Amino acid sequence: MRFDTVIIGGGLAGLVAGISLQQAGHRTAIVSTGQNALHFFSGSFESMDEAPERLKTLFAGAGIRLHYSAGVRLMPLGIFREAALSLEDVSLLPEPCFADKVLILGIPGYLDFFPSFLAEGLEKQGIVCRTSMLNLPESVRESPAEIRSVTLARMFDRNWDRVVQQVRLLLKDEDGVVLPQVFGLEDPSVPERIRQGIPARVVFAGTMPPSVPGIRTQLLLKRRYEVLGGTYLGGDEALEARVEGDSVRSVTTRNLDRHALEADHFVLASGGFFSKGLRSNPFRVWEPVFGLDVAYDEDRNAWYNDNFAEDQPYMNYGVRTDEALHPLVEGRPLRNLYAIGSVLGATRPELGSGGGLAIRTAFHAVDEILEAV
Amino acid sequence: MNPQEKTVSKHNFEECMKCTVCTVYCPVLQVNPRYPGPKQAGPDGERLRLKDPYFFSYALKYCMNCKRCEVACPSGVKVADLIQAARIKYDKSVPPLRDRLLASTDLMGSVARPVSRIVNGVTGLGVTRSVLDATLRIDHRRVFPKYSGRSFEAWLKRRAKEQAAFPEQVAYFHGCYVNYNNPALGKDLVKVLNALGVGVQLLDKEKCCGIAMITNGMSAQATRNAEHNVASLRKAVSERGLKVVTTSSSCSLTLRVEYPNLLGVDNADVRDAVMMATRYIFERLEAGATLRFRPGFHKKVAYHVPCHMERLGWGVFSERLLRMIPGVEFMLLDSACCGIAGTYGFKKENYESAQAVGAPLFEQIRAVDPEVVACDCETCKWQIEMSTGYTVQNPISILAEAIL
Ligand SMILES: Cc1cc2nc3c(=O)[nH]c(=O)nc-3n(C[C@H](O)[C@H](O)[C@H](O)COP(=O)(O)OP(=O)(O)OC[C@H]3O[C@@H](n4cnc5c(N)ncnc54)[C@H](O)[C@@H]3O)c2cc1C
Ligand code: SF4
Ligand code: SF4
Repeated sequence: MRFDTVIIGGGLAGLVAGISLQQAGHRTAIVSTGQNALHFFSGSFESMDEAPERLKTLFAGAGIRLHYSAGVRLMPLGIFREAALSLEDVSLLPEPCFADKVLILGIPGYLDFFPSFLAEGLEKQGIVCRTSMLNLPESVRESPAEIRSVTLARMFDRNWDRVVQQVRLLLKDEDGVVLPQVFGLEDPSVPERIRQGIPARVVFAGTMPPSVPGIRTQLLLKRRYEVLGGTYLGGDEALEARVEGDSVRSVTTRNLDRHALEADHFVLASGGFFSKGLRSNPFRVWEPVFGLDVAYDEDRNAWYNDNFAEDQPYMNYGVRTDEALHPLVEGRPLRNLYAIGSVLGATRPELGSGGGLAIRTAFHAVDEILEAV
Repeated sequence: MNPQEKTVSKHNFEECMKCTVCTVYCPVLQVNPRYPGPKQAGPDGERLRLKDPYFFSYALKYCMNCKRCEVACPSGVKVADLIQAARIKYDKSVPPLRDRLLASTDLMGSVARPVSRIVNGVTGLGVTRSVLDATLRIDHRRVFPKYSGRSFEAWLKRRAKEQAAFPEQVAYFHGCYVNYNNPALGKDLVKVLNALGVGVQLLDKEKCCGIAMITNGMSAQATRNAEHNVASLRKAVSERGLKVVTTSSSCSLTLRVEYPNLLGVDNADVRDAVMMATRYIFERLEAGATLRFRPGFHKKVAYHVPCHMERLGWGVFSERLLRMIPGVEFMLLDSACCGIAGTYGFKKENYESAQAVGAPLFEQIRAVDPEVVACDCETCKWQIEMSTGYTVQNPISILAEAIL
């Protein structure tokens, strides 16, 4: 099957590249083994403090609204981080002390959200905290230990007004409310409606995975890509590539076996270790599809730091690329292949990290591809 | 030697990193509070079951085997296989009569077909449905598939000579549904393949692929069918040098994936030769073959990718074929399960959750308002037709209509 561009990996980087190329009239396919890092997304794009116009337009086309204002955001365990470009439901606060008194609301049986940690963190900021529980409008699970963010979000999509009613009843003299980020899976307007309905400053705090705002982002981007005519081959894995000289001709996949995907350009957006874009065993680190050069320490003991809370060196490993993001094989670039997003690790620090790296490098590859045409 | 590279567990079970992604995409977990979900029922539960079979939970029967968890898993864990394999291994209960009847699609077919007019009349009656509900717990709201008066096999046998005259040949695993319920689909396939210069042969003898037996706790019988079918496939593939096509995504998945993964029946030598007819046709067209289309053909088609087609990863072939028909206004429906999952939705205890699973898909179909819904799965067809009133056609039938 022939395309203009074949993209390997359907996470943030792959989808941003795919949508942009489709919009420019390219015919593309995305092959993606499984779901991606957006399922753990906090809602804030690391290393970005503003949205480039093209990103805003691209996200708006998919129905996703972004915002940024300098300050901090509240993390799941009650600490604060510097603000970054965020989805609309992330509350960006001018300063950690965002209220005098805060009501923190958990959900009975829901173990992936920690009101007491949050209270501890907020009290350090001098905020007076009270914790309480929301009642569930429907029975969602027979065994409460199996309640997850997404199950709650699906239910609250239908019943968000009941949440507003309950919070209003529970609220005493607090001027702030902290709720788990379990709102607006299918309907992105739910978090804002809840905010509007509650007469106090509402802050949504992250939960353990899966991340509701992240999955919503994934669903909306993928839908947008398909509406634009992109071919999304979900659950399939790029296995190997046919390379001639310094160009990639085609890739084969597990499901399509002998039926190779041919294209003029290829984009590798296969993520880091977590997504198996990079692999390792006790002896080496490698990139499995093209066998690209990977930057890593030869000395195994240098891969990790004994203190697991510290930065881990292996998190920085990634494929080596030239200036234009063409990855290298034995030091020589593949001219029609681009590596974008987490598969780069921290080999290109000037392009940012996390979500910022994914977006910048995706746009970069798109520009190169469109220019080559 | 590198020990880490050699240790691959069955169904990739120990690759699970507990990321919870699978739980997001399980349609049953969303609607049935009794189902523990793919992570708990699959890799988490497997840890416990390996320790002590006591931890096997009968709630695993709520899994529809739709495989959406596997498609979503970033770590390649065969979650649904783990669940079905656990049911095969630990569930020693005898399936109730109802499940055995529902699973015996070929037996039901051969009994019902000769008296199809009576059976169709009777299963259509409100009284019969109430009786089935009360006695067998087959939900009374369910609309039954109709049985056809003449089997597809008989039809094709009478044309064997004419088919053998084509320069190229292919074998067709028609499945129970085409044989007993919808021979018209088989005839449509013959029309399209003939137009490409390809004659259609039957397998030596095919039996039901057995998918419904696997999910209904009849793995011994499913294994016998699998062994029989693989022997027939081998004859066609190795001796006659043929490719084998099917028009049902569930038959394809079972023949290719479930036989080795769940039933331990080795199909390595024939697996690659078995494929969906849409893939076979697409590949021929891509290689230069041509079809002549009817001028003035027009149809607004919304394509639903069945769960098992998603797992095969072949929805793209049906999509491409439909898009290349002049006059087809194509629309891809969001990836979602219709809720029927074979015999699952027929059972009284599952009716409500099956309809709840399908609700978003039905809503989208109504909003799109197509002339027909296209889909490669027979049970999806029953479910979508019953729940939305829209006609559902196999892509092959749409193609057959569109060519001269
Ligand atoms: C747990 C976690 C939390 C994070 N939270 C944040 C956050 O809050 N903010 C932030 O900015 N960043 C965060 N990040 C960083 C995140 O990785 C990036 O922001 C970004 O989402 C990465 O996108 P990507 O498209 O490069 O890779 P991924 O999202 O990892 O996607 C790669 C995709 O490629 C697929 N793939 C891999 N190999 C193949 C193959 N051979 N064939 C086909 N498909 C393949 C994978 O299955 C996967 O779907 C987080 C990362 C992790 C792991
Ligand atoms: S196969 Fe389908 S029903 Fe079963 S656990 Fe996986 S997603 Fe859920
Ligand atoms: S998606 Fe895969 S790795 Fe993640 S919890 Fe489920 S089975 Fe485990």
